[in-house]
Amino acid sequence: MSTTALGTQDAQDTQKTTGTAGRPSGGLRVTFPRVVHMEWIKLRSLRSTLYTLTITVVLVIGLGVLFSSLVGSGQGPGEDDFSDPTSISLGGVMLASLAVAVLGVLMSAGEYATGSIRATLAAVPSRLPVLWGKVIVFAVVGFVLMLVAALGAFLAGQSVLSSRDMTTAALSDPGVFRALIGAAVYLTGAGLIGLAVGVLLRNTAGAITTVVGALFVLPGVIQLLPSSWNDAIGPYLPSNAANAFMSVQTSGDSLSSGSGLAVFAVYLVVLLAGAAVLLKRRDA
Amino acid sequence: MIEVNDLSKRYGDKLAVDTLSFTVRPGVVTGFLGPNGAGKSTTMRMIMGLDRPSSGKVRVSGRPYEQHEAPLETIGALLEAKAIHPGRSAYHHLLALAASNGIGRQRVLEVIDMVGLTEVARKRAGGFSLGMGQRLGIASALLGDPRIVMLDEPVNGLDPEGVLWIRNLLKDLADQGRTVFVSSHLMSEMALIAEDLIVIGRGRLLSAGPLADFVAQSSSRSVRVQSPQAGALRDLLVGDGVSVTGSRPGVLDVQGLEAAEIGERAAAAGLVLHELFVQEASLEEAFMELTRDAVEYHATTTEFATTGGTYR
Repeated sequence: MSTTALGTQDAQDTQKTTGTAGRPSGGLRVTFPRVVHMEWIKLRSLRSTLYTLTITVVLVIGLGVLFSSLVGSGQGPGEDDFSDPTSISLGGVMLASLAVAVLGVLMSAGEYATGSIRATLAAVPSRLPVLWGKVIVFAVVGFVLMLVAALGAFLAGQSVLSSRDMTTAALSDPGVFRALIGAAVYLTGAGLIGLAVGVLLRNTAGAITTVVGALFVLPGVIQLLPSSWNDAIGPYLPSNAANAFMSVQTSGDSLSSGSGLAVFAVYLVVLLAGAAVLLKRRDA
Repeated sequence: MIEVNDLSKRYGDKLAVDTLSFTVRPGVVTGFLGPNGAGKSTTMRMIMGLDRPSSGKVRVSGRPYEQHEAPLETIGALLEAKAIHPGRSAYHHLLALAASNGIGRQRVLEVIDMVGLTEVARKRAGGFSLGMGQRLGIASALLGDPRIVMLDEPVNGLDPEGVLWIRNLLKDLADQGRTVFVSSHLMSEMALIAEDLIVIGRGRLLSAGPLADFVAQSSSRSVRVQSPQAGALRDLLVGDGVSVTGSRPGVLDVQGLEAAEIGERAAAAGLVLHELFVQEASLEEAFMELTRDAVEYHATTTEFATTGGTYR
C-alpha cells in the first residue's frame, strides 16, 4: 500500500470521490441478472472453488477408471455390479458428491463465516435474489462440469473394461444416457443441498457435518435398523433416491428412476424453500 | 437523510435498542456516540436492513432501505472491516458488489485508487492489515457514489495519514450535501469532524443536536482562578452548587460559577487575581458526564478513580 501517495494526493483523491467525474453513469439498479452476475464473479474469483470443482471432476473420472480396472479381479469393490458396466464407471460419483456438497456449503455458510454476507445483503437488501442467484450459478456451472465428468468417467471406464475383455455399455444403450444425466443431477443437487443447509445453519462446520451425515452416514445407519424399517425408509433417503435415477438397472428394493428423481427434487425444494424463508426473516 | 422512529431491538431478554428516535440531516457530518454496548452498531445494522427491528421504523431518503432500486447509490456503509472472504481479492470483492447494482468496472478501479489500495487490489484479502481492511470497507461504501455515507468506527486501525484523509473525505462529502453518519469512540476525532451529535446509552437516546450545544451544556465547564490568596478566595466562593478544587498551590478550579461572578466577588473582598480563565469542557468530558449512568461495561478502575476523589 502506498501511504505516501495517499497522503500527497489527498486533495485530488477527494475531488475524484465526490466530483461528477467519478459518478457512475445513471441506470444503477439491482436486477436479477445483475445479482446472478455478482454470484458468478464471486464463484470464479475464489481459488478454493476452482480447486474443489477440479478435484470433483478428477474424483469422478479417476475413481471410475480405478473401479473399472479393479472390478472382477477379486480386489475391488462392487463385484455385484458386474452386470452393470455403467454404474461401475460411475463408482466415483458418491464420493465426489461429498466434495460438491462441501462446495455448496462454502458458497453460502462461507459468506456468513467471513462476514461478507453483510456486504452482499447491503448491496441487495431484498435478499432473496442473492439465494436464487447462488442457486442458478451453482446449478449451471455444477451441472455442466458434472455432466462432463460423468461422461468422461463413463467413456474412460468403458474403454478400461473393454481392454480387459469385460462386458461394456455404449452411450446409446437404453438407460445409459439417463444414468449419466442422473449422475450430473445428483452431484449438482448434492451441492445445492449443501448450499441450502449452509444458509439454514449459517455455520460451515455444522452445515458440512449435517450434509455429510444426511448423504453418507444416514444410509449406513438405516441399514442397521430392522429390515422392515430399512425397507420403508431406506429408499427415500436422498442418496438412495438418487441412486435410483443414476443406475441403468434398478434393483428390487429401490425406487423407480422417476420416483427417485421426484423424491430427490422434494428434498431440494423443501430445503431451498426453508433457506429462503429464514434468509428473508432472520438478522444477517 | 436518515429517519429513525421509535426503533427497538430485543435480543432475548436484552433490549439492545430502546424506542430510539433521531434524524440525521444532509450537509453535515453527524457523529454517533455511545459507550460500548450502547446499541450503535445494532442501530446501524437496522438502518441497513441487516437486522430486523423488533418495533419501530427506519427510513432512508424517505423509504425503507430495501425498497430502493439502487441500494448502493442510496447508502454506502462500512459496518465492519474485513467483511470479505480472505481468499478473494479486494478487486473481485468490489467488482462483485458493483455488478449487483450495475456499477461498472471503471468505478471499481476508481474507488480502489481513491483509498490507496491499487498495489494490493489483486492480492488475496486474507493478508490485509486492519487498516487495509478499513480502506477496503471505505472503498465499498463509496462504490455507488451514495447520497448517504454511514461508517462504523472508520478510523480504527488507520495510520495518521489515513485518519487525516478520512477526516477530509467526510467533510467534503458533507459539503457536497450528502448525509454523513459516523460512529467513533475517539472523542477527539469526533470533536474535529462532527457538527451534529447523536449520543445513546443502553439503547436510549441521551442527546441529539449540534455538537457545540452538547459541549456547552456540560457542567464540566469550569473556571480556573489563580490567586496568591487562594485560601481566602476558596472560602469566599464555596457554597451552594459551587465546587472548588485545587490541582496545585495558588490555583483553583471552580465549577458552578461564571467567571464574571468570581471576578466581582474577589474585587468586592479585595482579593488579588492573577488569572481568570474559562475552561470549556471537552467533548470527552461532556460525554463521560452524560453517559456515566448508561455505561454498560464499567471498568473497575473507573470506580476507583471516582471514589479516590481525583476524578477527572
